[in-house]
Amino acid sequence: MKNLGNKISIVEKILQTLPGERRYLVHFLHLVQQATGYIPEEILPAAARHFSVSPSEIFGVVTFYSAFSLKPHCQHEIVVCQGTACHVRGSGAIMEEFSRWLGVKPGEENLEKNVLLKPVNCLGCCAIGPVVVVDGQLQAKVDLKEVKRIAEKLTGESEKRE
Amino acid sequence: MSQVRFKSVKELEEYRRSLQSASGFPRLISISSASCGRASGALKIASAFEKSIKEFGLNEKVKLKLTGCHGFCQFEPDAIIFPEKYFYPNLRPEHVPLIVEETILEGKMIPELAFKDEANQKVYLTVDELPFYRKQLRWLMDFHLDLDPTSLDDYFRHEGFKALGSVLSSNKPEEILNIISASGLRGRGGAGFPTGLKWRLAREAKADKRYLICNGDEGDPGAYMDRGLLESNPFSVVEGMIIGAYAVGAEKGFVYIRQEYPLAIERVEQAIEKAREAGFLGEDILGSGFSFDLELVRGAGAFVSGEETALIASIEGRRAFPRQRPPFPVVRGLWEKPTVINNVETWANVPLIIRQGPTWFSRVGTEKSKGTKIFSLVGQVRYTGLVEVPFGLTLGEVINEVGGGPKNGKKIKAVQTGGPSGGCIPASMFNLPVDYESLNQAGSIIGSGGMIVLDESTCLVDMALYFLNFASLESCGKCAVCRIGTRQMVRILKKISSGEGEISDLERLEKLGWTMQKGSLCGLGRTAANPVLSALGYFRAEFEKHIVDKECPALVCQKLIAYEIEPEKCANCQLCLKACPYGAIRVGTDGAPVINQELCTRCGVCYSTCPPQFSAIRKVSWKSLEQNDDKRPGGN
Repeated sequence: MKNLGNKISIVEKILQTLPGERRYLVHFLHLVQQATGYIPEEILPAAARHFSVSPSEIFGVVTFYSAFSLKPHCQHEIVVCQGTACHVRGSGAIMEEFSRWLGVKPGEENLEKNVLLKPVNCLGCCAIGPVVVVDGQLQAKVDLKEVKRIAEKLTGESEKRE
Repeated sequence: MSQVRFKSVKELEEYRRSLQSASGFPRLISISSASCGRASGALKIASAFEKSIKEFGLNEKVKLKLTGCHGFCQFEPDAIIFPEKYFYPNLRPEHVPLIVEETILEGKMIPELAFKDEANQKVYLTVDELPFYRKQLRWLMDFHLDLDPTSLDDYFRHEGFKALGSVLSSNKPEEILNIISASGLRGRGGAGFPTGLKWRLAREAKADKRYLICNGDEGDPGAYMDRGLLESNPFSVVEGMIIGAYAVGAEKGFVYIRQEYPLAIERVEQAIEKAREAGFLGEDILGSGFSFDLELVRGAGAFVSGEETALIASIEGRRAFPRQRPPFPVVRGLWEKPTVINNVETWANVPLIIRQGPTWFSRVGTEKSKGTKIFSLVGQVRYTGLVEVPFGLTLGEVINEVGGGPKNGKKIKAVQTGGPSGGCIPASMFNLPVDYESLNQAGSIIGSGGMIVLDESTCLVDMALYFLNFASLESCGKCAVCRIGTRQMVRILKKISSGEGEISDLERLEKLGWTMQKGSLCGLGRTAANPVLSALGYFRAEFEKHIVDKECPALVCQKLIAYEIEPEKCANCQLCLKACPYGAIRVGTDGAPVINQELCTRCGVCYSTCPPQFSAIRKVSWKSLEQNDDKRPGGN
């Protein structure tokens, strides 16, 4: 994991590429989230100066949108689509089952297993639901009984890497 | 292909002629490669084709194209082979060499790999024969069958930018406003406001600057028409916006796309860049003196951003909070300037209307709803995917003829349209024509075009709870009516779904719903109660059953059901026993597994684990189980 100083210098580089207009704030946060995996709170004052808004305003924007996080996330991510079409095909039970296997609530992470379990409103792949995205790989027509295999494969892999 | 910058309409048309006269490939293999196709493995199929074509030495004879979404998403990955339009569904890489040998070399379709209707075993060879496609009118989506969404040349071959050329060379902005008004085009995002009027209001508002926005924040769960369009034909949206900008007098436009659609973002970014390089965006477009530019803005995951004033706030770099209307964005929008916000599908219709003329467009549809509409037909119906139908087709025609009717022999109970802002329409009303007014009168809305078919295995209380839960999580919290109202409704619905509701709760729900409709600041709150109110209107008995009898007729609400093993069907394979996460299944006295109801959490894992040839585990009403217990000797 890169240290904080390193992250601040990355963020400062990003800031230099953007005009100091407020409308680039959300775009800026996307870039930071992408580059460092989260929005380090320490960068808010510098960003506030750059966009001429108060740090609390930026804090408000960061916490409003679900795309941004103030905490670094785990290495692995399981996203379970909770869209209507997936819901009527049983995605609720699939979420519960993941939740049970990983021992965390939807939206939370299991630090030991290094997995974040994340609900998403709709991925727009409604004809092939229920849909689950495992580390960016979309899996279609997931059945309840596959949950165990998916969860174990992912956490097993993470153990191997360590 | 050499990218040229066109300095006049004449240059563009000359280039188009040179493209059209160039000899093409005798055959085309088109692979549905939008997000859903890719999720089903379209790219693997594509590389298998590539390899096979090379092996057979057919590089000169056949063109392989990764197109956008063919629409029949359930049967992806699929390939369509032109010119016959042979349709190969559910492909696997091992099918590919055979297809290349038989179909590409010999021109013969392989019937074993063709689409087969499970109901009557009938085989359909081509796209045009398929019932799913036959009833549709695919004005916009036909392009998705053979258009490479990343190629500007291919867009030119499909008459791309012809409409823009004709507008810039021969029409005054006023004439464009008249054409759009005469076509009867209405907003495809849900509210159905007349597009021509919206543009005129913005043009006539006094200001030094005007803006355009394309609303691609398709947040309704269960709807993906806009993703389909943006991924499959991004240039049509860009062209529509340039024409709109010319008519309205705007100099800058924004395409706002939700971040959950990475491929759509990539495609639109690419389309904007290519259009700019070719001289369709920027200064002095096609030598007309007119200037306009587009910028892509990525959403950040908030459903309320789809509301127009919230979307404006989001582009301005603020939290996506809606604000009071009026003033409407056409008067005061982005940075206080007149702003036209239209949905993706609305913009995509514009070039078509200009090319074909307003009378051609308005001959299709009903009195007040003109043209076609794309729906995402999903849920418990045999054929799911994106469908484009003329306004005025009945709900029944869409669901039973295009969608192939009910699945697994179950009965269709209702259709949910309009997502969290819409409602459920019962099957008894499926003779309603699909248009803005008819669905409104039935207590729902067309919305952006989600059409989720519900059969008897869906519980309307659960659906209502699902949508209200969604609305309460996505309520931005600015106005109290919506923030507190959605939360209270969720509480009450949870009570009902767990069998603890009271009859007076129904009245409470209606009162809360009414208050939210009248008192909320924006569309999210004003419509959030619709799923509950419409369900209460048509399916009140189902709610009462949960309250009075403590039963869920559809066997969905977890607290009111139980699982049971039928001894006569059970093969004693004991898979369920191993699968049960709670150790609630044990071997009983007779050696067969039994469920301990006290330990069982009704997660349903055993139910989905039991091999289909046995299907020995069934869902029952919790109540019926208690009664059985009572009858058991020594019970109680």
